[in-house]
Amino acid sequence: MQSLITAGDSRRADAIFFYAMVACGLSVLAIVFLIVYELVTKSNLSWHAFGLKFFFRSEWDPVNDQYGALPFVYGTIVSSILALIIAVPLAIGVAVYITEMSPRWLRGALAFTTELLAAIPSVIYGLWAIFVLVPLLRQYLEPWLAKYLGWTGLFEGTPYGIGMLAAGIILAIMVVPIISSITREVMTAVPQQQREAVLALGATRWEMIRTGVLRNARAGIMGGVILGLGRALGETMAVTMVIGNRPEIAKSLFAPGYTMASVIANEFSEATGDLYLSALVEVGLALFIVTIIVNILAQFLVWTVTRGTPARGNA
Amino acid sequence: MPNTTPKVMLPADFANAPISIVRRSVNALVTVAAVGAVALVVLPLAAVFGYLIYKGIGSINLAFLTQIPKPPGEAGGGMANAIAGSVYILLIASFFGVPLGIGAGIYLSEYGRGTRFGNLIRFTADVLNGVPSIIVGIVAYGLVVLSQGHFSALAGGVALAIMMVPTITRTTEEMLLLVPQIVREAAYGLGVSRWRTTLSITLRTATSGVITGVMLAFARVAGETAPLLFTAFGNQYWNWKMNQPTAALSLQIFTYAISPFDEWHKQAWAGALILIILIVASVGAVRLVASRGMLKGAN
Repeated sequence: MQSLITAGDSRRADAIFFYAMVACGLSVLAIVFLIVYELVTKSNLSWHAFGLKFFFRSEWDPVNDQYGALPFVYGTIVSSILALIIAVPLAIGVAVYITEMSPRWLRGALAFTTELLAAIPSVIYGLWAIFVLVPLLRQYLEPWLAKYLGWTGLFEGTPYGIGMLAAGIILAIMVVPIISSITREVMTAVPQQQREAVLALGATRWEMIRTGVLRNARAGIMGGVILGLGRALGETMAVTMVIGNRPEIAKSLFAPGYTMASVIANEFSEATGDLYLSALVEVGLALFIVTIIVNILAQFLVWTVTRGTPARGNA
Repeated sequence: MPNTTPKVMLPADFANAPISIVRRSVNALVTVAAVGAVALVVLPLAAVFGYLIYKGIGSINLAFLTQIPKPPGEAGGGMANAIAGSVYILLIASFFGVPLGIGAGIYLSEYGRGTRFGNLIRFTADVLNGVPSIIVGIVAYGLVVLSQGHFSALAGGVALAIMMVPTITRTTEEMLLLVPQIVREAAYGLGVSRWRTTLSITLRTATSGVITGVMLAFARVAGETAPLLFTAFGNQYWNWKMNQPTAALSLQIFTYAISPFDEWHKQAWAGALILIILIVASVGAVRLVASRGMLKGAN
């Protein structure tokens, strides 16, 4: 212990240490500042050439230096929404099962399993999707959808397997763990007395979950869903590998598409002209702004439910 | 007259009163639906792992682990340079990312609690956590690749470091906050200076938790591909220079997966298996360390 007690100028050492830690804290701010600075300055050229119309033009023609981001915006939104439509019911179901229904011994294992889903890298999901999911879609799911739901116009054309539907499904698999872990967290934050009170009134288990738990946790669950949306919007590799990478807007989900993140991934290192590169960075800037807004909104919603409870749930 | 008083229901009678068939069947249906959801979510996980092992094991051999890629279409060759490259880039990333993240975490828990500046940094770290990885790639490209003049291991490392910082910051903060205030005060009472207390007492006590955070950040960026596409770029040969394009396991998997060659597809599966083993091993090691650490009770 003696060695810990420094006699000399510990005050100066304290000050140095303090400023070193402040510098580390500042680095976080600096990183975000650098991101904004890089994106804004590097997209300037494209912004001046096309203005706001950039996001409403559907022409993407590097040869003639004409750029419009509409197909990418469309692809990003459609694939993300498709993912949420598939993922949200599943994720909430899983969360409800783990927190309210599962036997205690299974709880930890299931929670760990969903955690594991989140730890698998995007590129491995993409690999699996190319060689397993896409053939399954091509042979079974897509012909079936075309036969029974073809009249909606959403499921028509040649079932390639690769396309918007495949991207939506793989995104759904990837966002389920995020939504379900947040949902679990906010459901755990609902006080136990709520459940007991509703049960004491004679509710069945489902009625208890619906009125006692889900209703109290809905803002937080919404936050989890939006956080999942944020992840889906920015997800790159798996989508790039299965969406087909064609800048076209088609009604059918069987058709290939393109997303904002994918076009950057595919074309950035090969972009030759200054305007071409600038247009890609502008796509990145738009993606950055949207994901930031979405994430802030999500964090606010989760915070409204979990504030006042310990940061870590134990479910 | 004797039988006209209304019957008083006791709580026990409520418990025994029949619940309507509709309510009971809705309850049962929801239970079945929840179990179904669990099955539908566990299924892809099992499928991904099953396929990885099934396809990967057959393609892993000594050549895969010790040789560099052969030209397209030729049999043989391996990913040795990509495995080494991934480790190399991750080391560079950790070199920058870990100290910055831990430092920022120390600031948040020891100095910035409740201050406006502390809240700003905490909020910014959370925002940074949600930034898509491809955007981080663009920034590392602008910062490092453009100033160096070519793609490089350093650029890849910087991109991954940027992604590690917010995760490490937040977990370090959380872990340090778990250390009871009394422990710090005991050290102050002995005349130990504040910085020394922070490093030798507080941080030391929370070591296993902090390491957990670092490893989780490590595992998270280990499989990242998007930010490496135009920073590390990939390389068919060995490279140990900081300022040269470098192969990475995840990049190699991507390139091979979208190639038209069967031989490369097999290698992509093998590479993916190696990558997932690396990640699961580091997360598993973390669980082991964390469950033995001092913070077990506090968690």
